[in-house]
Amino acid sequence: MAQIVLDQLAAKFTGGEILESGTSHGDEWARIRRDAWLAVGEFLRDDAATKMQMFIDLTCVDRLGMHGGNPDAPRFDVVLHLYSVVHKHRVRLYCGVTEDDASVDTLCGLWEGANWFEREAYDLYGVRFKGHPDLRRILMYPEFVGHPLRKDYPKEKRQPLVRRNAATRE
Amino acid sequence: MSAAEWVISKVTDATNWARKFSLFQYPFVTACCGMEFMSVAAPKYDIARFGAEFPRFSPRQADLLIIVGTITERQGPALRRIYDQMCEPKWVVAFGVCASTGGFYQNYSTMPGADQVVPVDVYIPGCPPRPEQVLDGLIMLQERIQRGEGHSQITIAAEGAQRKAEKLGQTYEGPLVSIRPIGEHPKLETK
Amino acid sequence: MDDHDTTLAPAPRKVVLGFQDVEDLTAPDLPTEPVPLNMGPSHPAMHGTVRMVLEVEGERISSADIQIGYLHRCFEKESESATWTQVFPYTDRLNYISPMLNNVGYAMAVEKLLDITKEIPERAQYIRVIVGEVSRITDHLTCLGASAMELGAFTVFLYALKAREWLFELLEEVCGARLTSTYLRIGGVAYDLPPEFDAKLRGILARTQIVLSDISKLLDRNRIFRDRMDGIGIITQEDAISYGITGPVGRSTGLAYDVRKDHPYLVYDRFDFDVPIGSTGDNFDRYAVRVEEIHQSIRILDQALKQIPGGPVMHGDPRIALPPKSETYNSIEAMIAHFKIIMDGIHVPSGEVYSFTEAGNGELGFFIVSDGTGRPWKCRVRPPCFPATAVLTKVLPGLFIADVVPTFGMINMIGGECDR
Repeated sequence: MAQIVLDQLAAKFTGGEILESGTSHGDEWARIRRDAWLAVGEFLRDDAATKMQMFIDLTCVDRLGMHGGNPDAPRFDVVLHLYSVVHKHRVRLYCGVTEDDASVDTLCGLWEGANWFEREAYDLYGVRFKGHPDLRRILMYPEFVGHPLRKDYPKEKRQPLVRRNAATRE
Repeated sequence: MSAAEWVISKVTDATNWARKFSLFQYPFVTACCGMEFMSVAAPKYDIARFGAEFPRFSPRQADLLIIVGTITERQGPALRRIYDQMCEPKWVVAFGVCASTGGFYQNYSTMPGADQVVPVDVYIPGCPPRPEQVLDGLIMLQERIQRGEGHSQITIAAEGAQRKAEKLGQTYEGPLVSIRPIGEHPKLETK
Repeated sequence: MDDHDTTLAPAPRKVVLGFQDVEDLTAPDLPTEPVPLNMGPSHPAMHGTVRMVLEVEGERISSADIQIGYLHRCFEKESESATWTQVFPYTDRLNYISPMLNNVGYAMAVEKLLDITKEIPERAQYIRVIVGEVSRITDHLTCLGASAMELGAFTVFLYALKAREWLFELLEEVCGARLTSTYLRIGGVAYDLPPEFDAKLRGILARTQIVLSDISKLLDRNRIFRDRMDGIGIITQEDAISYGITGPVGRSTGLAYDVRKDHPYLVYDRFDFDVPIGSTGDNFDRYAVRVEEIHQSIRILDQALKQIPGGPVMHGDPRIALPPKSETYNSIEAMIAHFKIIMDGIHVPSGEVYSFTEAGNGELGFFIVSDGTGRPWKCRVRPPCFPATAVLTKVLPGLFIADVVPTFGMINMIGGECDR
């Protein structure tokens, strides 16, 4: 359905920037090398055959300890979904990011919608976006320590801001 | 009891009667229970019949804080500050199971019940509670107000008794309440 | 200057009366200082909880910082410890004024990963469409009612809630709960429709149309309503595309994108309905698009009720669907199948999929990652009102403080969905 996107990508980026690509369950996806993230995004947005001007979603997957996962692969995957209103096709892009250097270029310059989605990925996973105009927490409060959606953050570890003194009925 | 005490107790009864039938609610609405709160205020289940009609959107003008929906840790200081801004006597109703105990959310961000932050008088469970259940909870609250058993009413009485005991040099044997210091507030986000 | 001579009357100031002029253009500008103003997180007009830190000069907003996250209830983290079926109650509470639509979105995502999308029984697909459209109507009614109330039209709120009440009672007959239904299951729906559903729904829809016409009579040509909504809060189509805004807000800017028409799912391709598109992207367009969408939903429901076939409402595979209770209690195979589904969860093969449906606010996406066990590895919700709230940081500067209320109301940010 969106094979044209993968074909255009393969035709334009011949230097190994597209690490893998394929179709699964009707979704086209491609894995991009980290240094080509911005270039691929710009190409997909501006090329006449792809025209992916609508920013749909940006999130992260933490593959720490994933059953059946590849232990050598980078821990985090930044996942981007794009859509074209003109051609009505969509694509999913992955970018592997290691734990030690969890950062990737920001897409705020290409799509304004990326701003809040990248803030959320930073807040919940700790992946930094280089060049982001305002990278701060969005869903958690500033005093929160840690990145809660990482697999090693316990689900029930609370960091309360205020508690009542029940003994004095206050 | 003496005649003066009898008069005072009747006046207290009358005052409590007036208070219970004219509750000015501050609906602290956060989540899905807000939809059922809107239904309770709507014509079919009409909360106005019970006197708690119009919401006062300022804590200074309200005496019933209805905590509707999930309270997150981030929301805690705001809730505490709003509770502190209300004048006494004040009552708190935890509407919904998230405000009562955290609901089925047991995670890093949900506070396990609003009573971690403010003293709650009536808990209304349900996810979301049916409007009839809410009205039942409201009537339960009204009965407690009439008997003078709201947390705030007990606190006022106990504070008075504590101060009196201190002045007369007697030992105080009642519920322990803090004679509140002025000027202490939890830190809020400043960014 | 004649400042000290008070015997002379000051020169008459020219005040131009008209729709546009709100300031006297001949008077010298008064000095202003930017003042930070905090709206929220507990504020009557901040639906759910949102904190807006505005910087205002006089009454005009010069910058807006929208802080969300006050209702972050950790949907993703909770769904990582729940089985695939146990995630349904969490999805109800995402966009809590149209819970069935979230259920539909999630169920379709898991079914896409299981590759059983074509095997869902037809009756179940029609039921999903029907309850989904009923939820869409409750979503729009609540949005219109609440926004109108904040502008002072309290009667509209009561009318809209009256209509919503009928629909809630109907949903209660279907699944047992008025609001948080958890009616869908992976592979179909949990129970069949109750008897007399057809007649009841038709009666309610007829009365809802009367309510809508009452609301339109009160608001559409109301001078106050129009003045507060026309030309306020304009979102351009380029912004809508760049931010990823879909749904009524996106369509009000002129962007012709509706998942039901462009990528039909369930049985939406069998219905004849229109998709209202706005022209200017202001608040009134968003209002008008929502009202018209309710009418179109009523049209879809009418056709669905005529076309719905009989048959099972659940997939037949015992590895996906719970067997009927009579078999569970009487045969060992059914009991074991029941046990495995409840304790381990449905074994979804490993893979990753993104499935999208048209929810009340736009394209609701579910990106799920499965590692082959009975619990999701990741269950991401792509919330449609998240980018719509983000665009407010661009739209609010330049508006008056009072314009925040209708603009924010018409974006229909639902805290449960935006913060998840």
